[in-house]
Amino acid sequence: MNIVVCVKHVPDAQGDRTFRESDNTTDRANVDGLLSELDEYAVETALQLVEADGGEVTVVTMGPDQASDAIKKALQMGADKGVHICDDALHGSDAVATSLVLAKAIEKLGPVDLVVTGMASTDGTMGVVPAMLAERLGLPQVTFASEISVADGAVTIRRDGDAGSQTIRSGLPALVSVTDQINEPRYPSFKGIMAAKKKPVESWTLADVGVGPDEVGLGAAWTTVSSFAARPPRGAGTIVSDDGTGADQLVAFLSERKFV
Amino acid sequence: MFELPKEYELFRGVVRDFAAAEVAPHVARWDRESYFPTELMPKMGELGLFGLVVPEEYGGADPGEGAFTYLCVAIEELGRVDQSIGITLSAGVGLGINPILTFGSHEQKERWLPDLVAGRALAGFGLTEPEAGSDAGATATTARLEDGQWVVNGSKAFITNAGTPITSVVSVTARTGTKPNGSAEISAIILPNGTPGFTVDPPYHKLGWHISDTHGLSFSDVRVPEENLLGERGHGFRQFLATLDDGRIAISALALGCIQACLEMATEYAKTRIAFGRPIGANQGVSFQISDLAVMAESARVLTYKAAWLKDEHTHGRRSLEEVKRAASIAKLYSTEAAVAATRIATQIFGGNGFMEEYPVARFYRDAKILEIGEGTSEIQRMVLARLLGLPSD
Ligand SMILES: Cc1cc2nc3c(=O)[nH]c(=O)nc-3n(C[C@H](O)[C@H](O)[C@H](O)COP(=O)(O)OP(=O)(O)OC[C@H]3O[C@@H](n4cnc5c(N)ncnc54)[C@H](O)[C@@H]3O)c2cc1C
Repeated sequence: MNIVVCVKHVPDAQGDRTFRESDNTTDRANVDGLLSELDEYAVETALQLVEADGGEVTVVTMGPDQASDAIKKALQMGADKGVHICDDALHGSDAVATSLVLAKAIEKLGPVDLVVTGMASTDGTMGVVPAMLAERLGLPQVTFASEISVADGAVTIRRDGDAGSQTIRSGLPALVSVTDQINEPRYPSFKGIMAAKKKPVESWTLADVGVGPDEVGLGAAWTTVSSFAARPPRGAGTIVSDDGTGADQLVAFLSERKFV
Repeated sequence: MFELPKEYELFRGVVRDFAAAEVAPHVARWDRESYFPTELMPKMGELGLFGLVVPEEYGGADPGEGAFTYLCVAIEELGRVDQSIGITLSAGVGLGINPILTFGSHEQKERWLPDLVAGRALAGFGLTEPEAGSDAGATATTARLEDGQWVVNGSKAFITNAGTPITSVVSVTARTGTKPNGSAEISAIILPNGTPGFTVDPPYHKLGWHISDTHGLSFSDVRVPEENLLGERGHGFRQFLATLDDGRIAISALALGCIQACLEMATEYAKTRIAFGRPIGANQGVSFQISDLAVMAESARVLTYKAAWLKDEHTHGRRSLEEVKRAASIAKLYSTEAAVAATRIATQIFGGNGFMEEYPVARFYRDAKILEIGEGTSEIQRMVLARLLGLPSD
């Protein structure tokens, strides 16, 4: 089975994430980045599928130079090869443009049985790229999978909702997005880290995937961030000292905020 | 020249993530209950930690260059979260795997190593006895050859990883005869756990390293096949000395993890703990001590990785054994004494909280002392160095 996993390099949520003053886009240069945690589940899903049935896992990412670290991590986990679409013109691209570039890259890779993505990125958390990508590729989209199996040319997933779980089946090829419930992503092993150094990673420009610079980037984005403000620092909080009415004060506090 | 290449730091990141997710949340309870986490061993095995110095044919992933340095990175990072887990890896590889890997026959390696590398099994090395510690040559345990079998009698003290539910073997040193010059002929013999007559004594009640497994061992007519001789007959003591340098560098890495943890914990606490209306770290009496912790961490780091590098270079014949010995003793001596000092400083900065087990610094305080004792006491390191300096000895 030929699987493509789309992954994103995101600013580390543990670090001080911020926007660039100049154009209100996410600052990706001054923060340590990593493979989006939600995409680790996608990589793990693909690895487990090929470990069971054979095949090859290709990871694709679009992003600036340092985004290659996301590919590297996936290769260390066990993916076979990587494609990094990197082009200055991509700066500021929105989800619409991202899905276009990823779709073109996947088409360029040739026939694929399954495209796997995370359910959302941990930075933008829009969660729309999987659906857009499926549309562009003309693939059935089975999203938010918390369980997956592939057999007889079809993929079956479980999607958990508030009221119940759906079991959804689709013919292959298809696009699946996975949740953080689907598996426990592995740590790269020492062997994996060593092996990854020898795995092929291709670097493609926009021209390589046949997308024009006017179709992507900040200029082509359907939305703009007009301003941003840092979250105000947390207030000091109220300390209730119990003079016999402590419980009443707590209840009053909670009900005022509609917690009870 | 003074930093590890990027691959090592990448690997450090993986071990750090692993320790944060798989070790940190549990250690307080494991320590309180003196629980050895058998279930963690296969996970460490999957990560490849036990196989860093082992060739692929026995299940390992020896990278060819820098294997021992990678191991030190892993020990440091585990030790930064918990010293017991750090020593479990250090002893598992240095005392369990290494003697078999270095001196074992092909059959012995094939039989024991794959499980040890995978973390399905652990092995110990029994050198110390109730009457033979620093003076390891005073070994009183005996092994006599009888009808193609070694018959072992005696006892060992303080043996790490010797009594876990998955311990497969312990290699022990024993007197196998007397040399022509009258001194004891000491050999190493592999004793599978569970062999009749091989008793694992109840666990010790220790000051620290509660999570690490330590047992006394007793041997009463323990019979094993003659092929269980490890390495050459009569070379047991020399072989043991050859593996010592590695162990010392590994303990230095473990001590480095301890100092680094103290530095991080103390810095954080001194920034946030308020007394007299300002963070305690605003007092030079506190901040200068934390500066000292940073100096200790940096010094221990440079000494540890220089020794590890020399060891790796020696493996490829590019550096002499004497250079490794010297660097190993210096690193072990400095880092472990600094670690004990660092835990004392960090605990003091935590005030009363530092005496409470809710704060990991208390555990590090208890765990540090053994670093100055195991794998050759500070005094022994000073003796080694004095000898290398050509000072007179008797
Ligand atoms: C938790 C733990 C785990 C251990 N794990 C293992 C293990 O896996 N395998 C193993 O074989 N051993 C193990 N040991 C044993 C350890 O290596 C010894 O305890 C150590 O080498 C010291 O030996 P000793 O306890 O007999 O002390 P002694 O040798 O009795 O020393 C007592 C004191 O005298 C000093 N001293 C001794 N001789 C001299 C001298 N000539 N000049 C100056 N000072 C001297 C020592 O430095 C020390 O301060 C472990 C010990 C502990 C506590």
